[in-house]
Amino acid sequence: MNEDIKTFTISIYTENNIGLLNRISAIFQRRHINIESLTTSQSEIEGVNRFVIVVNITEEQAKKIVGQFEKQVEVIKAYFHTDEETIYTESCMFKIKSSLLFEEPQIQNIIKESNSRIVTVNKEFFVLEKSGRRNEIESLRRDLNVFGIMQFVRAGRIAVTKDEMKISEMLMAFNN
Amino acid sequence: MKTQTLNNTEEVINKTERITGSEAIIKCLIAEGVDILYGYPGGAIMPVYDELYKYRDKIHHVLTRHEQGATHAAQGYARISGRVGVAMATSGPGATNLITGIADAQIDSTPMVCITGQVFSHLLGSDAFQETDIVGISTPVTKWNHQVTKASEIPEVLAKAFYIAKSGRPGPVLIDITKDAQVSELDFQYKKCTGIRSYIPVPKTKPDAVKAAADLINAAKKPMIVWGQGVILGQAENELKAVIEKAGIPAAWTILGASAIPTSHPLNIGMVGMHGNYAPNRLTNECDVLIAIGMRFDDRVTGSLNTYAKQAKIIHFEIDPAEVDKNVKTDVAVIGDSKDSLTQLLPLLNTNSHESWLQKFNDLYDIEFEKVIKDDISPTKEGLTMGEVLKQINIETKGNAAIVSDVGQHQMIACRYADFNITKSNITSGGLGTMGFALPAAIGAKMAAPEREVVAIIGDGGYQMTIQELGTIFQQKAAVKIVVLNNEFLGMVRQWQQLFFDKRYASTEMTNPNFVAIAEGYYIKAKKVTKREELADAVKEMIASKESYFLEVCVEKEDNVFPMIPAGASVSDIRLS
Repeated sequence: MNEDIKTFTISIYTENNIGLLNRISAIFQRRHINIESLTTSQSEIEGVNRFVIVVNITEEQAKKIVGQFEKQVEVIKAYFHTDEETIYTESCMFKIKSSLLFEEPQIQNIIKESNSRIVTVNKEFFVLEKSGRRNEIESLRRDLNVFGIMQFVRAGRIAVTKDEMKISEMLMAFNN
Repeated sequence: MKTQTLNNTEEVINKTERITGSEAIIKCLIAEGVDILYGYPGGAIMPVYDELYKYRDKIHHVLTRHEQGATHAAQGYARISGRVGVAMATSGPGATNLITGIADAQIDSTPMVCITGQVFSHLLGSDAFQETDIVGISTPVTKWNHQVTKASEIPEVLAKAFYIAKSGRPGPVLIDITKDAQVSELDFQYKKCTGIRSYIPVPKTKPDAVKAAADLINAAKKPMIVWGQGVILGQAENELKAVIEKAGIPAAWTILGASAIPTSHPLNIGMVGMHGNYAPNRLTNECDVLIAIGMRFDDRVTGSLNTYAKQAKIIHFEIDPAEVDKNVKTDVAVIGDSKDSLTQLLPLLNTNSHESWLQKFNDLYDIEFEKVIKDDISPTKEGLTMGEVLKQINIETKGNAAIVSDVGQHQMIACRYADFNITKSNITSGGLGTMGFALPAAIGAKMAAPEREVVAIIGDGGYQMTIQELGTIFQQKAAVKIVVLNNEFLGMVRQWQQLFFDKRYASTEMTNPNFVAIAEGYYIKAKKVTKREELADAVKEMIASKESYFLEVCVEKEDNVFPMIPAGASVSDIRLS
C-alpha cells in the first residue's frame, strides 16, 4: 500500500443538477479531506458538468473516493490523475494602484517577465491577469506584494488529461 | 405506445389528466404498487393528506406517533417484503425526524422512499415557519434526493425515486415537494422509470471473474463462505444453498445475512463478528479461501483488519464496486448481482465435501456450547437469561417467526439463538445500531406480511425510545408480539463498562416504569414474567394470541454476551468469557 500523500486532480462528470455539489463535497468532508481547489463548468458534452477538484491524499484514498463519487446516481464517471497525467493551469488577478506603474519602474519589468497581462487601467488602479502553474503565480504575488496589492484572487485548477475520457461513448451506449 | 401491466401495477398511464400535484403524488404511489404508507401530517403536506383521504380505499395511511416511527415502520415493511417502504412527513421538524430512519436505511441498504412537504417555493430560504433545508440535511444519508418546486415535475421525479430506491444496491430516497407544487395543476401522465444514463445499478457479472473464483474455490482445501444481506436483496438464497451444498463449503453469515439459509442447515456454521459464533470467527484466520458474498467487511465483522484472514485468498461477490477493496483487499472480485453471479458459479464448481474441515467447525461449536450456549439457553442459575427466552420463542414459533430486534445485548442474543426457517426473517438495525428501531419496524413487518408471526425482541432501553408506537399498534390492530427483555440496564454499554471501564456504571442503570400498565393503557394484552416456571406458559400464550401481546421478562441484571471480540482485537482472539 502506498501511503505517500500526493496531489491528485479528481475529475467528475455529472448531470447538471442542484445539490450535486453538496453531495460531492459531503464525501470529502465525511473523510476529513481538505479540498485545495474546486472548479465546476460545462464539459465537452452539452448538459454534462465537469468538476475538477484538487486534493492532497494517498493513492489508496483517491481510489476509494472515486468509487464513492461513481456510486452517486447523478455522477456519470469519475477519475483521479497525478500532476504528470494532466495538463493543468490556474489563473489569478491582481488589482494594484495605477500610480505605482509610474513610481516603481521595476513593476513594468515584473509584468513583462511574468508573462502576465494588463486587463484594464484607469486613474486609480490597474488589473493584471496571469495564468500558469501555482509556483509561477505565487512568485508573482511575492514580487508584487513588496509594492502593495489592493486585491488578489486566484481561481481553482483547471485540467485536461493526457488520456482519453470516453464519456460520450458511455452516454451513447445508454441511449442505444 | 401500449399499456403494459406489471405486478398488478400500472406501468404506463397514458391518458392525460389535468390534476393537482397532490393528486399526482397519490396516483404515482398507486402506480408503483404502494398499498401502505407510514406518516404524520402537518401544514406543508396537508394537500397530499387531503388527497389521501379521497383515495383511502386504494392506499392505507398509517399514522405513527412520531415521524421516526414512520421511517422504521417503512423499513420493517421493506425488509420483510423486499418492496419499497414509503414514509411521509411535513416540512421542518417532521422532515428532520425522518433522518435517523433514513440514515439507518442507507447503511443497511433498505429500499425506502420518503416524501416531505416543504414551504411554498417563494418562501424557500426565508426562514419561513417550519422551513428546513431537508435536501441539504439528508444528502449524506440518502442514495438520492431531490426537491420538487413545480407540479409538472412530480411524475418523473417520483418514478425515478422508486426506481433508484429499489434497483441495484437499494437505499433511501427523499423527495421534498413544495406546497405550491402540491396545489398547482399539471397534465398528468405516468411512466415508470427503467433507466438513468448516469446510473448503473447492476454491473454485469464478468464470466472471467467467475471462472477465477471457481478455480480458487476448486483448489481450496479449507474454503469458508461469509454471506451478507446481498444474498437476500438479490434473492439469491437458493443459488447460495446450491453452491454451498455442491462444493461442501461451511457458510457463516453477517447479522443482516441471517435467515437466508435455514439455521438448521448442516453447512450453516453461524454468525461472524463481534458476538458471533466461536468457530467461524476463529477459523476465518485458518481458512485458505474466504468467499464473501453480498457483505461489506464491516468493522464489527472483521475486528482488526491487520490480522483478518491474512492467510486466505479473498473472493468478493459484490454488487457495489465501491465496496470492493474498501476494507479488505480481494484476490478475485466478482462484481454483479448475487443471483446472476452465483448462477454462473455453480456449474463451474467441483462437487466436494471438505469433511475434516467442517468437523473443525463442529468441534469448536462443541466448545462454545459447553462454555457459553448451554448456560445461555438452559441455565441452572436462578436468574432468567435472554437466551432461554429465545429458546422458548423458537419452540412456540417452530422457527417460522420473523424476529425484529432492537439494538444491544438482546439483539445479539436474538441473532445468535433465534431459529430461522424462512428468509427475510431477521429484521434488525445492523449498520447504524439504532435503538428504538424494533417496535415501529415490527409494525411495518406485520402489516406487510400479516400471515407471518412477527416477534419484536427489545431491551428496556430501546423500548422507551419509541414506546409511543404502542399507540400505532393499538390503532392499527397490528398483531405484533412484543417481548421486552428487562435487565434494568443499558446492558451492552454496561457490559463494556464492566469489561473495559472497571465497572464504573456511568448512566446505564435504568429505573423503569410499570411496562405492563403502559401496554394495558394502550389496551394491549400484557404480562410480566419474573420466574423461570412462568416463562414457557407466558411465551405460549403470547404466540397463541391472535392480537398484539406484550411480554416483559425480567432477566438477570448483569449478564454478559459472549463470545466477544473486543473492539480492535483480531477475530481469532475471540473470548468465551
